[in-house]
Amino acid sequence: MSEPLIAMRDVNKYYGEYHALRGITAEIGAGEFFSLLGPSGCGKTTLLRAIAGFEEISSGVISLLGKDMAGVPPNQRPTNMVFQSYAIFPHLSVKQNVGFGLRKSGMGVAEKTRAIGEALEMVGLGHLGGRAAHALSGGQRQRVALARALILKPKVLLLDEPLSALDRKMREDMQVELMKLQREVGITFVLVTHDQEEALVMSDRIAVMFEGEIAQLADPEVLYRRPATKRVADFIGVMNFLPGQAADGTLEVAGLGQVDLDGTFVPDGSVSGACSVGLRPETLTLLADGEAGSAREASGVIDEVVYYGDMTYYDVRLEGLPEPVRLSMRNIVGRDVLDVGAPARVAWDPRAMVVFPD
Amino acid sequence: MRVRPLGVFAVLYLMFLYAPIILLPIFAFNDGTVIAFPLRGFTTGWFAELTQIPALHEATLNSLIIACSVAVLATCLGLFAARAATRYKFPLKGGIMGFIMLPLVLPEVIVAISLLVVLMQLGIETSIFTIILGHTLLCMPFAIAILQGSFSGLDQSLEEAAVDLGETRAGAFRLVILPLVTPGIIASLLICFIISLDEFIIAFFLSGNEPTLPVYLWGQLRFPARLPVVMALGTILVGLSIVLLIVADVFRRRGLRKMGQQDAGGFL
Ligand SMILES: Nc1ncnc2c1ncn2[C@@H]1O[C@H](COP(=O)(O)OP(=O)(O)O)[C@@H](O)[C@H]1O
Ligand SMILES: [Mg+2]
Repeated sequence: MSEPLIAMRDVNKYYGEYHALRGITAEIGAGEFFSLLGPSGCGKTTLLRAIAGFEEISSGVISLLGKDMAGVPPNQRPTNMVFQSYAIFPHLSVKQNVGFGLRKSGMGVAEKTRAIGEALEMVGLGHLGGRAAHALSGGQRQRVALARALILKPKVLLLDEPLSALDRKMREDMQVELMKLQREVGITFVLVTHDQEEALVMSDRIAVMFEGEIAQLADPEVLYRRPATKRVADFIGVMNFLPGQAADGTLEVAGLGQVDLDGTFVPDGSVSGACSVGLRPETLTLLADGEAGSAREASGVIDEVVYYGDMTYYDVRLEGLPEPVRLSMRNIVGRDVLDVGAPARVAWDPRAMVVFPD
Repeated sequence: MRVRPLGVFAVLYLMFLYAPIILLPIFAFNDGTVIAFPLRGFTTGWFAELTQIPALHEATLNSLIIACSVAVLATCLGLFAARAATRYKFPLKGGIMGFIMLPLVLPEVIVAISLLVVLMQLGIETSIFTIILGHTLLCMPFAIAILQGSFSGLDQSLEEAAVDLGETRAGAFRLVILPLVTPGIIASLLICFIISLDEFIIAFFLSGNEPTLPVYLWGQLRFPARLPVVMALGTILVGLSIVLLIVADVFRRRGLRKMGQQDAGGFL
């Protein structure tokens, strides 16, 4: 990354007494698909609106293209926004909506018409230009909002939970479509979402936020496999937390046994005393009857079976553990789905362990 | 056919409500000075006579001046109040809004007398101007109620989206907010105009020697011979009110449709 497109340095925002953004520092590169991920109320929208210029920050610096944006109004920033409600102008047609931002562009009528046509084509709405805006479905409104913003060729497109109003199927289709679109136009996308799956699927990098702070900023794989804190681990996907005890380079994991601390991942570098040992469901394997085990094996009883078609999730009660652990198995040909109450042997691997201090 | 008690009630109710209004045009066109059946033939003479009364013309002019001023004043003030109420949070908002809406439920006589007392204490002569003040007070709640409906249907991000797309705040208001609330503004203007035009009690107390139409009408009731003329004038007023009310509601509905919203109540 040469010059970052967006640079945020120690950004703070207060709403009265309430500290909504706490020392946000991050850089977003040109052409990146960047996501702000966090539970509702953590300040994602506030940060996005601060980048767009709709919220004044209390301290710190936000710069776009190397220029400090303090005091620059939204209409003079190289950003455009897709609002959570889409904010389609209900009294205008689809074409008028998409062409709204071109009013001050100095383009001729023919040029504008062509640009609008292209923008609508790009989001797959070429046939709907004459339709009144209030007669659109949720998915169509979203596309109009996208076209309306992209027609201005901004340096940054800001999207506030653009998919949360769509039903599941449509959402998954739109995720792929948004990724394609972003690659096509090469514009930096900054996406706000509370849906970790959505963030993992679409983003080049993700900033996980809790209570106005960035807890971890990394690419999806690192975030998933190497979460920096227990809270991040818990928020992204599913993770089992087993009680553990670390001392002198060894780790005693309840229900599993003793392992070398060196072979595990310790986000803080070192750990001693009581700790939580994180294991993702797919890193645990349910062994079939007679299947050769390994030294790293625990036995227990199946407590719950959740069948997803392609996958089955099992909750297995292991000896010596108060809580069942969750593991997932791909339903490949020849592997039977086990029943509740069946005895189970579970193979595990210390390399998949993430050790958090308690 | 089975007679349904609620149906009978509805018919009686409507008759009771509208019979006097239907009688108004009937006797306005009746060729006789006595307001009684049987009818004595058709005439438009009473309407013609209306054009011959200078005092009536003066009263009409007064009423029009007052109604127009009130419509504009109440709608402008209502615009500010409605936007503030839907857009911003401020301390005591509920109390303040409730206070503004109070004239809606206060007996008009009380409002009128109170206003008169205040004006007398301040040493202000009653005139067209004081009626405008009183009527504005009376119309404000209606203006606010109508305009609040327009504003509360507006997504706040519409304005921001316009700014985001390069417009200034003023441009966003002109291009997005104004078109969306214009039907509400027109509806408010018309409704306030009618309310002021038809209002009697406040006008009666505050008019001094500049009577409005209803006050003039009331004065004419003392002369039985003038009754048919009064009927003719009343017919015109009622007709005008109904037409304006319908137009106002058409605008209000068009506003809602523009925003793709469902109609939730209204005047008609
Ligand atoms: N205009 C505002 N005034 C006061 N508090 C606000 C305002 N906007 C947001 N907040 C508060 O700031 C916090 C973060 O809000 P927001 O950025 O919208 O969260 P998110 O988008 O992550 O759900 C919330 O607790 C919210 O109540
Ligand atoms: Mg939000």
